[in-house]
Amino acid sequence: MTERVGIVGVYQTKYEPRKIFDSYPELVFEVSSKVLEENGLTIADMDQVVTNSQDFWDGRTISNRTVSEACGSVLRAESKVAMDGSFAVFYAAMRILSGCYDSCLLVSHCKMSEGSPHLINNAMFDPLYQRILGFDELSTCAMQAKRYLHKYGLTEEQCALVSIKNLHNGKKNPYAHRGREISLGQVMSSRMLANPIKELDAYPPTDGACAMILANEEKTKQWSSTPVWITGMASRLDSFYLGDRDLGEAASLELAAKKAYSMAGISNPRKEIDLVELSEFYSYQELLWLEAMGFCQRGEAGKMTEQGITALAGELPVNPSGGVLSGNPVTVAGAIRVAEAALQLMGRAGDHQVEGAKRALAQGHCGPCGQAQCVLILERGK
Amino acid sequence: MARRAKRNVAIVATGQTDHRSKRPDVNIVEMINEAVRRCLADAQMTIEEIDAVVIGNMEHFEGIFFTEMWSVDGTGSFLKHGMKVTTGGTTGTSLALAGYYHVASGLFDTVMTIGWEKQSEGETTAGLIFQADPLWERATMSGAIGSFAASATAYMHKYGITEEQAAKVAVKNRKNAFNNPHAHLRMELTVEQVLQSKMLAYPIKMLDMCPTSDGACAMIFASEDKAKKIYQNPAWVVAGVTRHDQPFGGDLEMVMNLRTLRSATEEAYQIAGIKEPLRDLDVAELYEPCTFAELSWYEAAGFCGPGEGGKLMDSGATHMDGELPVNPSGGVLSTNCIGATAMIRVAEAAIQVMGKGGKRQVPNVNRALATGFGGSWWSDVMILSRTP
Repeated sequence: MTERVGIVGVYQTKYEPRKIFDSYPELVFEVSSKVLEENGLTIADMDQVVTNSQDFWDGRTISNRTVSEACGSVLRAESKVAMDGSFAVFYAAMRILSGCYDSCLLVSHCKMSEGSPHLINNAMFDPLYQRILGFDELSTCAMQAKRYLHKYGLTEEQCALVSIKNLHNGKKNPYAHRGREISLGQVMSSRMLANPIKELDAYPPTDGACAMILANEEKTKQWSSTPVWITGMASRLDSFYLGDRDLGEAASLELAAKKAYSMAGISNPRKEIDLVELSEFYSYQELLWLEAMGFCQRGEAGKMTEQGITALAGELPVNPSGGVLSGNPVTVAGAIRVAEAALQLMGRAGDHQVEGAKRALAQGHCGPCGQAQCVLILERGK
Repeated sequence: MARRAKRNVAIVATGQTDHRSKRPDVNIVEMINEAVRRCLADAQMTIEEIDAVVIGNMEHFEGIFFTEMWSVDGTGSFLKHGMKVTTGGTTGTSLALAGYYHVASGLFDTVMTIGWEKQSEGETTAGLIFQADPLWERATMSGAIGSFAASATAYMHKYGITEEQAAKVAVKNRKNAFNNPHAHLRMELTVEQVLQSKMLAYPIKMLDMCPTSDGACAMIFASEDKAKKIYQNPAWVVAGVTRHDQPFGGDLEMVMNLRTLRSATEEAYQIAGIKEPLRDLDVAELYEPCTFAELSWYEAAGFCGPGEGGKLMDSGATHMDGELPVNPSGGVLSTNCIGATAMIRVAEAAIQVMGKGGKRQVPNVNRALATGFGGSWWSDVMILSRTP
């Protein structure tokens, strides 16, 4: 990228299963006001707001209409990205790159506790031919897991290691919905949700919000002593019908990662990237996504996990925050990955800090079995 | 405060379906594909030459979550950058602005934006009621007509605007629609017929209100290098401004005296160097969900002073042969496929600037205004020009 967009600051709510005392405008207000306050700024310093939410999850048509006051967009420019939060970060950065705006307050929210994941996720499938089959995110991802494990000879135990690692990391993250030490036996004997996905292979439904301040190069340098720069970003959409894809591959992610690497001047991601925050809704996805993004050969991600390479203290820490398995306010997932990657590069990740992190990758996805994929490369700045 | 983009961006092509109340012959993806193919044909391009696709609609109207995913086969976004932006009624202008930002960022050279709605496959008023707060507002929320009726009454009372003046908007726009091959409603009406049409909610009668339509609209935005190769006289985007708001049930003043439109047009005029909009603009495509709104929003857009919207209508200044023709396409009163509606305003403004208007072409258009309305009384404004 010839021009850089900076991340000045991030703020997250504590992620929890049911935030019964906060409406979602209140969550939006909390993160919007705190991110500005923490960085010594006011809403007057922001040229625009990009919000990120889903009408389906909010149970509201035009879900952003209820957060205008909360995010400070009254009589100001605002737009809403109705995809995963990583796409909202992409759009906010793009609007700054256009030169129309210098800065942006980005805020993403979701309260899964107020909706039915099965009903909502069923509504993303073809209304005539697929919904009636009862498809939802879990059942289709189970098919993807089966295909991937079969195609490359990975094991359910290798997937379980991802859950063990991420929940261990989640214990160190004060914002995480959950974090604890679990054993291989516990994962393997946890309740079967949809073969081969078991309860401890799956994300917990979560409520929460995340806000971020983005700015052009000049404002970022003025506002931040620990700027983080977006040096590459790309997204791709795969085909919709699952039968049109080989679910053991992630073509859209592979292409998005390649494009982001070329923008950031990365030729060997395994060597040149210090940490990864990715969106593993289910444990197998961490392995499949890592392979698609070129961190190892096809079918090798299980071994990489066994060898501890992706552990917090490993050569390539993956999801030091605990990842999506430690908390998933679903629309917000990708924005959290970007926020956590930024905190790492600012040196503000606390107990889950990866020492000396200079360059990070954040990934988000949405749609059936990761149809839409977005990859951002972040770098610690000067 | 928005600024002009760093890079010049132009609209090089548009494509619309022939909008109807029901399109039982196509499903949603096929309907979208119709607009996409027409847009590509207009540009004489293939889908391979498009870098990115941005799409949007009102999800609760058809009950489809992640429509950008399901529609991939129709939009042609397979293995491309694809994004969904939705902001209610302003979705179409949000998408057009997104197309502008995509190209202006320098990350993409050719971007297709697509807005659509198939209202016959959903229940619009039920969908709209879902926007209201479930505890405080939903019980009294009655979709679009009720709130326009209350604010139109306030507008009539405050400025002495008459139902006859409003009826003239319906006569003008539905007559203009005869010149637009894509328009849904084409009607030769008299003021009397509008006044005698069925009362929906005083003072709004059936013919004062926009229809519900099935349809899609697609546009291609291109960088300066590409634009001139695709079409020699593209429509350059010279200003794009958004204003949001959050009024509650009783905030009627905000609605008719649409403060978001006032604020957005003021900023857009400043960016584009427009001092007297009635004189400096050559055509306007104004998002008018009902007749009273067009009159009131003449005022908010600075075409005349407060309370003078009725008089401006009476003067004929906004007719096809007037000083500033408003809605040569027939406007929203003639076609309303919601996710596409605001984008059609931009597409029709671009058609006028590009000189592709056929029978609805206004002569010598240099600068055109397009507005989007929706959400909770939000406004988007774009100004297009023959020169960058």
